[in-house]
Parts: sequence; C-alpha cells; structure tokens
Amino acid sequence: MFEPDDLIIEARHLTKSYQLSRYRFLTACDDVSLNFYKNRTLGIVGESGCGKSTFMRMAVGLEKPTSGEILFHGKNITERKGEELRLSRRHIQMIFQDPGEAFHPRMKVKEIICEPLFNFNQIKKSEMASKARELLEMVELPGSFAERYPHDMSGGQRQRIGIARALALEPEVIICDEITSALDVSVQQTIVQLLLDLQKRKQISIGFISHDLALVQQFAHQIAVMYLGNVVEILSGKEVSTKAAHPYTQALLDSIFDLHMDFSKEIVSMDSEIPSPLNVPEGCPFQNRCIHCMDVCRAEKPELWETEPDHLVACHQFKHFKYREDK
Amino acid sequence: MRDIQKILAFCKNHKQFTVFCILALVVIGAAVFAPVIANHNPYEAVIAKAEQPPDANHWFGTDKLGRDLFSRVIYGTRTSLTSALLLVVITLFAGSALGIFAGYFGGVTDSVIMRISDVMISFPGLVLAIAIAGILGPSLLNAVIAIVAVSWTKYARLARSLVLRIKHKDYMLAAVLTGSKTGYILRNYICKMTMPILIVTAATDMGTMMLEIAALSFLGFGAQPPVPEWGMMLSEGRAYLQTAPWMMFFPGLAVFIVVAVFNLLGDSLRDILDPLSD
Amino acid sequence: MLEIQNITVNYNKSGKPAVENFSLAVEQGEICCLVGESGSGKTSVIRAVIGNLSGQGRVVQGDIFFEDEPLLSYTSNDWRKIYGTEISMIFQDTGAMLNPIRTIGSQFVEYIRAHRAYSRKEAWEKGVQMLERTCLPDGERIMKSYPFQLSGGMKQRVGIAFAMVFKPKLLLADEPTSALDITTQAQMIRQMMKLREEYGTSIIMITHNLALAAYMSDHIVVMKDGKIADSGDRNHILHNSQAEYTKKLLSAVPSLGGYYYV
Repeated sequence: MFEPDDLIIEARHLTKSYQLSRYRFLTACDDVSLNFYKNRTLGIVGESGCGKSTFMRMAVGLEKPTSGEILFHGKNITERKGEELRLSRRHIQMIFQDPGEAFHPRMKVKEIICEPLFNFNQIKKSEMASKARELLEMVELPGSFAERYPHDMSGGQRQRIGIARALALEPEVIICDEITSALDVSVQQTIVQLLLDLQKRKQISIGFISHDLALVQQFAHQIAVMYLGNVVEILSGKEVSTKAAHPYTQALLDSIFDLHMDFSKEIVSMDSEIPSPLNVPEGCPFQNRCIHCMDVCRAEKPELWETEPDHLVACHQFKHFKYREDK
Repeated sequence: MRDIQKILAFCKNHKQFTVFCILALVVIGAAVFAPVIANHNPYEAVIAKAEQPPDANHWFGTDKLGRDLFSRVIYGTRTSLTSALLLVVITLFAGSALGIFAGYFGGVTDSVIMRISDVMISFPGLVLAIAIAGILGPSLLNAVIAIVAVSWTKYARLARSLVLRIKHKDYMLAAVLTGSKTGYILRNYICKMTMPILIVTAATDMGTMMLEIAALSFLGFGAQPPVPEWGMMLSEGRAYLQTAPWMMFFPGLAVFIVVAVFNLLGDSLRDILDPLSD
Repeated sequence: MLEIQNITVNYNKSGKPAVENFSLAVEQGEICCLVGESGSGKTSVIRAVIGNLSGQGRVVQGDIFFEDEPLLSYTSNDWRKIYGTEISMIFQDTGAMLNPIRTIGSQFVEYIRAHRAYSRKEAWEKGVQMLERTCLPDGERIMKSYPFQLSGGMKQRVGIAFAMVFKPKLLLADEPTSALDITTQAQMIRQMMKLREEYGTSIIMITHNLALAAYMSDHIVVMKDGKIADSGDRNHILHNSQAEYTKKLLSAVPSLGGYYYV
C-alpha cells in the first residue's frame, strides 16, 4: 500500500517542548514519527491537548522542533530558515479551520487565490484573471466569484476558496486543519468529495487533522491516533471500526454517537478527565484511565509495535505480538 | 453626476462632519490665500504706528513694532498649519514604523523599542520638549523635532497593539505559508490593516499638535521673531495686556478657533469611522 | 407541560421569518431534540421559549404555554420568578460565562441566594451537593477553584449544575456539547440523561448531530429553513421516514464502518 518511492515527507522522532520555568516543561509532542505518501491521506485524530496542532505546525515549518528531523524526499529540511525556508513552502500548503478568518478581509477572491503564484513569480499581473478562473473551476465554483469578497459567501464556498488557494502552487502535500469542523453535515460531504477528487487528479498527499474520527475513517488510508503528545496507534481508516487495538482508540470509538449504534445500550464513557499536558506521567501516557493498566505501563513507555502489516500500536499488551522487528 | 450626488448624500447624512470640514477648509483657505486676504505686509514695521487699536486701516490694530496685526494673524495660519502638518506626518510615520517593527518582529526589537518608549513616556511631554528645544536652539524646526521626540510613543504603542491583534490570525499564517516575503506582508497586510486607524488618530491630533507648537513658541523655544506665529505673538503681547489688549486677544482667538475646528473635525471623523471593525 | 402552538418568529419585518408555524408539545420527563443545519431556526425556537430573542426578534404569531401559563405575555418580573427554578437554559459556552475572577463557590452561592432565601452555609452545601451530582469529583475543591483551573468539560458541567440546582421542570440546551471533546461529550450526555431520571426534568436540546439526537431523545424534530421538515421518535426518523430532507441528512452523516470513499 505504501511504496517507499511515494514517500514525500518523513517526520522522525519529532519532539516539541516548551520550558515554562526551571523544572516545568510542557511537552506538546513527544517522539512523533509520521509519514506522508503521494496520493495517500494521513488522518491525524485526537482530542484537545493531544499535540496534533503542534505536530502540524512543525510539519509545515511554522515551528522548529526541539528535537527530531523532517525529511523531504530524503533531504533534511528541519533547519531551513530565511529565504531557503520560504522557497520550500511551495511544496506544502495548508487549509484552515475557520473560513471566516482564513482570508485577508480586504482582498478579492482572485487576489487571494493568485497570491501564492505572485509570491513565487509564477504568473504576471495580466494573467491573474484567467488563472483565478481556472482555479475556481477546479473547486467547482463559477468564474464570477473571482470578483467577490469571501465574506459574501457561505462557509462551504469559502472553504472551496481555501482549497483553491492551497492548490495554486501545485504542492505535493496539503495539510487540512479541521477544515470540516465549522461546516454543516451535508456540506462536509461535498468538501471531502472535492478534496479526494483533486487528490486523485493531482496525486497529492493529504494530511487531515480532525477530532471527528467517524468522518476521517471514511477516507483516510492511514489514521494516527494521538493522545497527550504521543501517537498511540496507526492503522488504516477501513480497519478502525473493527481492528482498533489501543484502549484509547477503543474508548474514542465507544464515545462516538453513531447512527448504527445499539441504542438500547448506554454509551460508554470514561469517567476520568484528560490529565493536563503539564502532568504527563512516566510510562504510558494513558495509564491513569486505562482499564488494562499493568505495572509495566507505569514504569516503561510503550513504543509503537507493528502487530499486523500497517498496523502499529503503542501498548504493552501487544508487545509480544510483534510480527517483525522494529526497523 | 453620480459622484456629486453621492457626495451630497454623504454630506446630508453627516452634517456635523460636513460643517467642520467646511470650517477647516476656510482655515486652510486663509493660509493658502494669505497674500490676497491680508491687506498689509506682516513684516513691515512702522514704529510710529505702534500699539494702535483696531481701526478701518488696521482691522486688528498694530503690535509693538507697528506691524499690522490682522495680516500677521492671517499669515500665522500658514505657519501653524505647515508646522503642525509636518509634525503630525513625521510623528505618524516614525511612530507607526517603530511600533509595527516592534509588534511584528517581537523579541529583542520589541523590547528595545518599547523600553525606549517607556522612558520617553515617563517624562512630562512639554517639559521634555522644552529641554530638547533648549539644547537644539530655539527655532520652529527644532520645536517640531522636540515635539516629535515626545509624541512618537503614542503612535508606536497604538501601532504595536494593532499588529499584535492580527499577528496570529489564520490569514497572516496563510500569507507566510503561501510564500509571501516579509516586506510584502508588512506592506499589504500589516500596513493595510493598521493604517486607517493610525491616520484617523493623526487627523484628530492636528489640533493638539498646533497647540503644542503655540505653547513652545509662547515660551520662546519655537518660532522666533519676526516670523508671525500665534504663540509667539501671544508672548509678545503679554507685556501690553493692560494697554493694548488686542495684541493678545486676536492671536489668542485665532488659536482657539483653529484648534477647536480641527479637534472637532477629528472627533466627527472618528465618529463616522467608528466602530472601526474589519 | 410545555406547549408551543404554531409560532412564527421574525427578526426583520419585511424579510423571511426565521421560524414559521412551529408547534411542539413536551411532556414532563420527556427529552426532545431539535436537529437542523445552520439557518434552520432551531436556536430561534428555544430563544422564543425562554423569552430571549436577540436583536429585533419577535414572535409574531402563535402562543407558548408552560404549565398553562402564557409565556409570551410574561414580564421581566414574571420571568425572574421562574427562570432558574422552573425553566433553565445552558449554552454551548456556558462554561465561558463564569466570571473568571471569582471562585466557582462564590458565584454559585450568589446564584442560589438570588433565587431563594438560603443562608450562605446552606447555599454552599447545596452547591457542593449539586456539583457532585454532575459527577464532578470533590465538590468542595471545585467550589474553591477559579474557572481557569478547570477544563472545558468541567466548566460545562458546572454550568449544568447551576442550571439544575433548583430541579427545574424544563431544561433548554443550545448545543451544549458541540465545543467539547468526543469523550467529554459522551460523559456530558450520560450526565444529562441521569439528571432526567433523577429529577424528571424535561429537556429540549438543540444539536446538529443526528446520531446524538437519536441516542438521547424520545422525540426528534428535524428543522429546515424555519419549518418542521420531519418529526417523530428514533425509529421513525432513522428507519421509516419518507421526508426527503431527513433522508438527505441521514446519508450525509458519516458512520463507522459505513460508506468509504477510497
């Protein structure tokens, strides 16, 4: 499923911690390793404080990791800065959650979606109108929208503008930061469909960050579940509902209200609170809330062990299930 | 035709603003057309006619050197307006630039600029201006420099807070991620979003700035004789308050009216543009 | 217990009404969910019941009766008597409505004493009890904490405690769980249903999540463009509905193990 030739971005052991005082550290991301492949979608799912936003910011180069590296087609790009960093932005673009805040309030649509091209001198001023039309067509919006302002449009239309802008530079990777969370359910479907059509056409690698596991598992080739800055499980979207192994993933699945759930049973919920990211315990981050917690869980932090092809779980229960050695 | 109709409609909706606009234009007109309006040479001193009360020839009377007060007051409009405009423009651009750099780049740049601004603010404005003017030597230009040195902090702090308000918004991030250069972001994003408020603030400050220049000139640190400047004229007329009160009255009235007009103009401008939301 | 009879709500005299010909009857102890997308009018319905339509909103037609009392003709004084004690409301950001510079306890005691003549000690006890009823561990500690020391889910539960402390007959809820994490949302819904069991409170809840509505409610009303598009119990909505819009909504909701794009 994942050819090594298709590997575009490889994030290796990324850690981001902030020092709040001499002895207190906030570790937003702890040893996170994830890959982005051509024409494949990586879904990153988790609740607040799980570190998905921090990971995303490091992946797009908005923040430098405290340790770890990012490889782009094999080249280490972690330490890039200045003009080199700016030029590398051509390859990885982002779409934002809130379509109301994602655009300059005084720019017209055509200026917004052509701005990336002007930044890299890829088109001349005279070509702006036709290029804008081309991009609007790609996101299934009428050409007349080029002269309008985003605040005159609906949420779904604005999100399409966001997609158009992200496509302008023909990047290899597009990161979607909760792009459907602010939209109505029926609009979510159309946006996701549009995104996937574009992925197939342009062979784009998509990183889809969301808290909505039910939505993401519908189309992500790979889903990474994060908890308190750690990746606790990686598996394909198709298998999430049947093969999820990590206790946290299972808890997430149990908490989802689903149209096909058994309505006679009470919904399962963990009665404990998510601990503060300042107080991540030694050993497994999930130990305080896990029903399968063992002694080893408090002492040693589990690594991501591959229990089946393309299925990794960070849980001591599965340590012995490794079907091949860690690379 | 449509444009004229639009302007007339605007004026009808904002009567206060229109009135003050017209008054301000009258003042500016007085400055521009001073040679036409004034019936005497403001520098021409005829000692024999010194300290004469207002009459048909000298509408405002004459000052201690026999110069026509009316002409001096009218020419004073030029002095006041040009120096105030110069002052406001320099303060606006210098202060805003520093504030924008402090807000956008943060870190050491921010700390240095803001600490310097804190130092400047801790001095009483006029006193510091007097000190600077005293050191540089009394002249209108030096008075302008002194007031700039004291007033830039207001614009710097305002600009900085405006930048901080928008710095972390999604569209700013998007600008960086789509490969915008820093200069481009500063011009098209930061400046475009902050300039309107800053310019309105500057416009409302015109009146106050004129008053500051008049104050410095009154104390002898600004305009020097024989340049006609109201503050200085007030100072010259002080000794003659009992015997020739018109020497203080008319320049004082001029200051009062012009500063009031510009202050009120600025207030009504702000009312129109308020709420300043994007 | 609550009867909404054919109301029409208008924010703008000449424009389209936000709610048109809406009727609903809620019995004691019943949970009813209003489901719809943005602009469907569901918030306007709830705000009309509580007498708090924003801007120029007016109920231009119809009646609302709460235990045979005509709510539409209630004055502020009348509302003060029943608000918080007979009818309560919680919002999406109820937790954010807590005063950030005062402890939970001081706000709760003040709230309780504003509605009933309790002594400080009695009010404090009542507060602690209610907090523990909403499954907040260690009520005393919560009372002494400031809002910033609590998580979003905990603050929302404090909000529910405030709303339920006088055991109101009717609880109105405007998307109370939308801003919460999935696991916290599940906790919250379980909580609300337990409170219904204990106190027999009726609940009218707005949500955009059809599955949540199906889980929790006895009666679901689907709204579109200010009108009722469909209504019925879980069985009807999920399996037997003929309404086009309901079918459209059902197909749009992502389902675990359901439709796959790839």
